[in-house]
Amino acid sequence: MQVVDLEAEGLRGLNKTLQAQQMATNQTAWEVVNARGAHAIAVGLDAPIEVTVRGSTGYYCAGMNKQAKITVDGSAGPGVAENMMSGLVVIEGDASQYAGATGHGGTLVIKGNASSRCGISMKGIDIVVHGNVGHMSAFMAQSGNLVVCGDAGDALGDSIYEARLFVRGSVKSLGADCIEKEMRPEHLSLLADLLERGGVDAKPEEFRRYGSARQLYNFNIDNAY
Amino acid sequence: MNKHNPPMTASIQSSTFSQSINAEIRRAAATGIYDIRGGGAKRKVPHFDDLLFLGASMSRYPLEGYRERCDTNVTLGTRFAENPIELDIPITIAGMSFGALSGQAKEALGRGATLAGTSTTTGDGGMTPEERGHSNKLVYQYLPSRYGMNPDDLRRADAIEIVVGQGAKPGGGGMLLGQKISDRVAEMRNLPKGIDQRSACRHPDWTGPDDLEIKILELREITGWKVPIYIKVGGARPYFDTTLAVKAGADVVVLDGMQGGTAATQDVFIEHVGQPTLACIRPAVQALQDQGMHREVQLIVSGGIRTGADVAKAIALGADAVAIGTAALIALGDNDPRWEDEYQALGTTAGAYDDWHEGRDPAGITTQDPVLAARLDPVEGGRRLNNYLKVMTLEAQTLARACGKSHIHNLEPEDLCALTVEAAAMAQVPLSGTNWIPGQVGY
Ligand SMILES: Cc1cc2nc3c(=O)[nH]c(=O)nc-3n(C[C@H](O)[C@H](O)[C@H](O)COP(=O)(O)O)c2cc1C
Repeated sequence: MQVVDLEAEGLRGLNKTLQAQQMATNQTAWEVVNARGAHAIAVGLDAPIEVTVRGSTGYYCAGMNKQAKITVDGSAGPGVAENMMSGLVVIEGDASQYAGATGHGGTLVIKGNASSRCGISMKGIDIVVHGNVGHMSAFMAQSGNLVVCGDAGDALGDSIYEARLFVRGSVKSLGADCIEKEMRPEHLSLLADLLERGGVDAKPEEFRRYGSARQLYNFNIDNAY
Repeated sequence: MNKHNPPMTASIQSSTFSQSINAEIRRAAATGIYDIRGGGAKRKVPHFDDLLFLGASMSRYPLEGYRERCDTNVTLGTRFAENPIELDIPITIAGMSFGALSGQAKEALGRGATLAGTSTTTGDGGMTPEERGHSNKLVYQYLPSRYGMNPDDLRRADAIEIVVGQGAKPGGGGMLLGQKISDRVAEMRNLPKGIDQRSACRHPDWTGPDDLEIKILELREITGWKVPIYIKVGGARPYFDTTLAVKAGADVVVLDGMQGGTAATQDVFIEHVGQPTLACIRPAVQALQDQGMHREVQLIVSGGIRTGADVAKAIALGADAVAIGTAALIALGDNDPRWEDEYQALGTTAGAYDDWHEGRDPAGITTQDPVLAARLDPVEGGRRLNNYLKVMTLEAQTLARACGKSHIHNLEPEDLCALTVEAAAMAQVPLSGTNWIPGQVGY
């Protein structure tokens, strides 16, 4: 296990070291200490390494991640794992706004709650939240899956495209063009896999599925506000 | 006078209810939907044509045309980037998306810009390999939609342009109607084929200038602080927007006035939101000067740049470079009278065609239809764009030499006067024949 002290190395030193790790590296396990809410920790990584950040992080931790498994042993600030391409990001605590925003791939697991706009504009990422999500989650969500084991706030899935939303608890309100959809066998098996990957002990049957009514797909004046 | 045939009152068309306004009322009444179109503001607003260069005289001596040097090179991104962008000419190609434009058109823009020694820019829809391959210097746009955004393309870019707004629609998002969503465009945007695509008007993961500063930190960390980061704003509040862009950490500010083109937006937005390009430049330059950042953070101005005179005037007012969108498309063949029969068939005429969102462009530029797109030969298009950029540069040099400047950046507001009171006030140069600058203290 390599240990990097963020205070000693500085942000540039840390990211440069982690970004320099190649596909076939031997140094696969890294620990970042003294995170102290710093922004942009472990961004732009592109190797199958494991990074554990001790403490909470500021904005955009694990931004644009590829391949790496990044664990935040604390809570994460806004935009964690934004635009992730692949790999796995696990937040042991809570996540602030825009968690997993615009993510194209990979898996984001939030063991606590996520704030507003979780999965905004998601483009293929899978997000599993053990707790609740705030308002406007999955706004304009294009593709991928958002699993919420607790409750969802207002305007879930507003202007959603093809992403799938699974919620176990209550949904305060659905956003424009988002509707409840039938849970078919293929969704149950997809959800079972997501729950397993997210380390959630719950049954797929306990969830409801939401998605796009596809009424906003072609411009129609009756849809305008 | 014949009393059975008295003089008639003339038929007077109303200026308020003009023919075009009435036609629009009828169209709205018939369809119930607002007008969407491409291009920029069509109304007349004070512009660079309302300024004149004074030239040399007893107190200034000119430089010899063609013989004495008048340099045009510009370096962008000197503030924080390890690798600033070096351009031979102060005219760049503005961001226009693959999706709005055909692959051939994007390739032609890359080829032409490269021949001319300047940069081109991606757009809302991501970077294509063709575009990267044919563009020596490519600026990668970071837009609210984040269509196609990925760290590999980010690192392949020579600069990153964070788009906050566009002059055609400050405060508006984008749209690309279903007709133009081919398989490839849909795949690049992670969306189903054939649906209308809305690009968000706000970024999904930051909300104000304080957040933006952190976003820029993240982008710099991902790209190793190597490439310049531009911030593009529409001409809304140029003094404050420029100030905040500099505070957020921009290397370059791109300022796009209301005449700036768009691929598709509501006509009401294009014509009624934002300020004319001419009115935006001085406040932006003032903001840079107030922070001691003029020429340190470079300013690129766009929106209605057509000629070398426009280039020289924008630079004299304090810009470091300009960007062109519409003019580059016209150089490639957009709205060319050679397609008049087809424009007529579409119910319009060459020069007025602006239904770019419908994807039926006879010139094959603003389309994804393979048959139409094949009409534009990217090699020939690139050659034409290069010619046009060369002419604009020669024109700008001619004007700079006439004012005695050995570098185009030595042009200054003192080299200009204005033809109208409005232009004098906006450009903050004297009204021709007077020493009056409206709005300045004492007047
Ligand atoms: C066809 C077309 C597509 C455009 N697409 C984008 C875009 O994707 N992103 C962007 O920031 N601006 C876009 N613009 C605006 C240009 O980048 C630029 O601001 C504008 O064209 C400058 O004004 P001009 O057309 O008068 O030269 C587009 C403009 C046109 C004409």
